Amino acid sequence: MNRRARIAVFAVAAAGLAALLVASVVDLPAFGHYQGAYGNQLNREAVAERHTTNVVTATVFDYRGFDTLGEEFILFAAVVGVTLLLRRHKDSEDHQEVLRKADDDRVRSDAIRIVGLLAMPALFLLGLWLVAFGLVTPGGGFQGGVLLAGSLFVVFLAAGFRPYAHLTPAHWADSAEGSGAAAFTLLGLGPLLAGAAYLHNFLGSGVRGTLESGGSMTLLNWATAVEVTAAMVLLFSEFLESYVLPSVRPLQ
Amino acid sequence: MSYLPYIVAAWLFVVGLYGIVTSRNLIHLAVCLTVTQSSTYVLLLAIGYKHRATAPIFYGVPVGSRAVDPVVQALTLTDVVVSVTVVALILALTVDIHRDAKTVDPDEIEAFRG
Repeated sequence: MNRRARIAVFAVAAAGLAALLVASVVDLPAFGHYQGAYGNQLNREAVAERHTTNVVTATVFDYRGFDTLGEEFILFAAVVGVTLLLRRHKDSEDHQEVLRKADDDRVRSDAIRIVGLLAMPALFLLGLWLVAFGLVTPGGGFQGGVLLAGSLFVVFLAAGFRPYAHLTPAHWADSAEGSGAAAFTLLGLGPLLAGAAYLHNFLGSGVRGTLESGGSMTLLNWATAVEVTAAMVLLFSEFLESYVLPSVRPLQ
Repeated sequence: MSYLPYIVAAWLFVVGLYGIVTSRNLIHLAVCLTVTQSSTYVLLLAIGYKHRATAPIFYGVPVGSRAVDPVVQALTLTDVVVSVTVVALILALTVDIHRDAKTVDPDEIEAFRG
């Protein structure tokens, strides 16, 4: 199909789709007048039932924990896909050889190095804090994990590829990625084997508003943080290696 | 005006699809796909929003305060992170296609001809 014909077909389809979308949203409750019973019930009962003051995290890891398992495996499968695709063209899996062959991209600006040196630990600490208090205040394993990985990217930005690669060896990221996904699955399966429901909270609810709240949700939260951090680090490392290694550099 | 966020969501969805259909570059196509996907976040968060309500976090806020829907927020936050990895997968495929076909224009790639 040529370009003109494709756009003509799309224009008809898009006009129909847009009309349907508009027709369906005008019957939704007006903006700001939410009426869903499920969300309101969680807001009323989650704190008393689960002792977690962050109801969003309680939804992610408890009320809709099974859904999150699915999300984790989309994430896992996508990262495995990227790694398999990009590693196919590497000469060697050897970490030391990768480091030796990489271009010298050392950052020489003192200003950038100093800003990076200050920002990296601050972002890393903020990431840990977001994960740790994810059940109490805004935060959680997904958000904290992204920030933890982000703080590691700062090492690349402020120092260069070699320091970044030293800090995030591929075999560590590989196993952290797998362990995170496995831990989430097993934390669900464990209670199932003991005769309870999948993802049943087997540690009790703990003390409301403290780090002790949430019971086994805390473990799921940290498993997710490990998986998300490792996923982001792996993605970044794989693309970065195809950029700094002369033998595999694809886009020129 | 009270339907504006929903209309924005519908517009983002369609405009992202337009970008995908007319794209001449697979990297641009991946970005358009994220625009389409973002429309679902706007729709979800708009549905769960309540006037004069707080975030569904009851730390220092009494339980029973008017709060927005936590379910749509949970769906959105997990999907934001997951969608990044899916875009990375598309970009990795693009790198691979460029290696074989020496182009990233979908119209010039033999295997894409229908």
